[in-house]
Amino acid sequence: MLALPYGSGRRGVMLVHFVAGIGRAVIAFVVTTGRLARFAGNGLYHCAAPPIYPLLIGRQMLSIGYFSLPVVGLTAVFTGMVLALQVYVGSSRFNAESAVATIVVIGITRELGPVLAGLMVAGRVGAAMAAEIGTMRVTEQIDALVTLSTNPFKYLVAPRLIAGTLMLPALVFVADIIGVLGGFLIGTGRLDFNGGTYLKNTFDFLETIDVVSGLVKAAVFGFIVSLMGCYNGFHSAGGAAGVGRATTNSVVSASVLILAADYIITELFFAK
Amino acid sequence: MNAPAPSPKISLRDVHRAFGAKVVLAGVDLDLAAGESLVIIGGSGTGKSVLLKCILGLLRPECGSIKIDGAEMVGIRAAERERVVRKIGMLFQGAALFDSLTVWENVAFGLVQAHGMSRRAARAVAATTLAKVGLGADVMELRPAALSGGMKKRVALARAIATRPEIIFFDEPTTGLDPIMGDVINDLVVSCVRDLGAAALSITHDMASARKIADRVAMLHGGKIIWSGPVAAIDHSDNPYVDQFIHGYAQGPIQMEVLAP
Repeated sequence: MLALPYGSGRRGVMLVHFVAGIGRAVIAFVVTTGRLARFAGNGLYHCAAPPIYPLLIGRQMLSIGYFSLPVVGLTAVFTGMVLALQVYVGSSRFNAESAVATIVVIGITRELGPVLAGLMVAGRVGAAMAAEIGTMRVTEQIDALVTLSTNPFKYLVAPRLIAGTLMLPALVFVADIIGVLGGFLIGTGRLDFNGGTYLKNTFDFLETIDVVSGLVKAAVFGFIVSLMGCYNGFHSAGGAAGVGRATTNSVVSASVLILAADYIITELFFAK
Repeated sequence: MNAPAPSPKISLRDVHRAFGAKVVLAGVDLDLAAGESLVIIGGSGTGKSVLLKCILGLLRPECGSIKIDGAEMVGIRAAERERVVRKIGMLFQGAALFDSLTVWENVAFGLVQAHGMSRRAARAVAATTLAKVGLGADVMELRPAALSGGMKKRVALARAIATRPEIIFFDEPTTGLDPIMGDVINDLVVSCVRDLGAAALSITHDMASARKIADRVAMLHGGKIIWSGPVAAIDHSDNPYVDQFIHGYAQGPIQMEVLAP
């Protein structure tokens, strides 16, 4: 019979169950983290080791980059417009309206461009990756790859990791331009800024590090989106419901990791 | 002096595999000779598919030995496993065709990816192989989603034999097909195996299929091979488990887990 160190009453039993529940959650977290790290390491190895599949990488680049352009562009233009309005409201309280253009461009390039593009791509591309690979898992297509002497990591995971890491910076670069354009449209059309002055304020105070840090973030976010899409799809089980869970987990985990990585990268770039 | 017996294409010794507390394989011993067609029969959930996946390396047995052409597969390096697996073709129960590829690209996949054949040459081989399984050029550009169940099985069979493997695995080749299409697939399996001179390992619980495609039958029950013999001897096995299974009796030593309503 189980001896309860906190007494044999109902409170003791509840306490043991509570502590056991925490223990189970911690163990599950550690196991999942280890499995994810191993999956990421395996994926990175196969990104570098031949054979490489340029055609598959190209297809994924098209899917992640070109076909995400409309949604990322729309997000960027509206974000730039809203940012210009909100910054104008705040800056006008201490007569600093001329800072609108500078704050919009820095806000977009350093933070909002990469984060919002990352989140949108996680929803559009990460979910699609998890659903596609998850379906391949439950219909034995991944097993079929193995029987055809094809490593699933090389064929499915590596092209997506490479494409995600390369294409999100390209998307974010375009999003930066569109976001600044959104701010420009509101600044000149709604807030009565002079177009030339707005652009001068935009570029005079913009530094290379503002853009570069955003692009580095984008590369990391692209890797995270692809990794979580592939990982969750690869480990899906239990038919259609399992694929649904993998899709949801892929979007949620990629979104949380993007926000956490955003903070870490920001600290690294701007630590004094 | 007798010539030494040829070494088996596949040899399993004391293979164990469990999932948590559920023991699925509890010491399987099995040999598949070159050119032989062996069918493993057994009820649903007795571990037939697990056994195939262990041989292919899709699952790792907890202990035991699995040899293909004398090469130990348990614990083998991934690159070496890929080299050995090139000798094997596999027909999956649900066909497992790649949704994103056309029919001919599915059939040619192993030729292009594993054997480095050009796409043009592989397409020609795919057309020939599809013709062998009774499919014309009109299906070559279709996606698997546009095919019926029987056509999917034929395409999957064409994919399994396109690389001219030395060993072919058939996982429930007739499941989900009507009796006529099932018999067509059985005929194709027999003719393809005979043409290639390959060793075939099939798993099924369809006794009509087993009788048609097997040279030898083995029964898996309780995680072990409980009976093995020529297909002609299956009706006189004197094994109550085999008798119950091949006749499909509800009463007998095999107790199915049936929950009363």
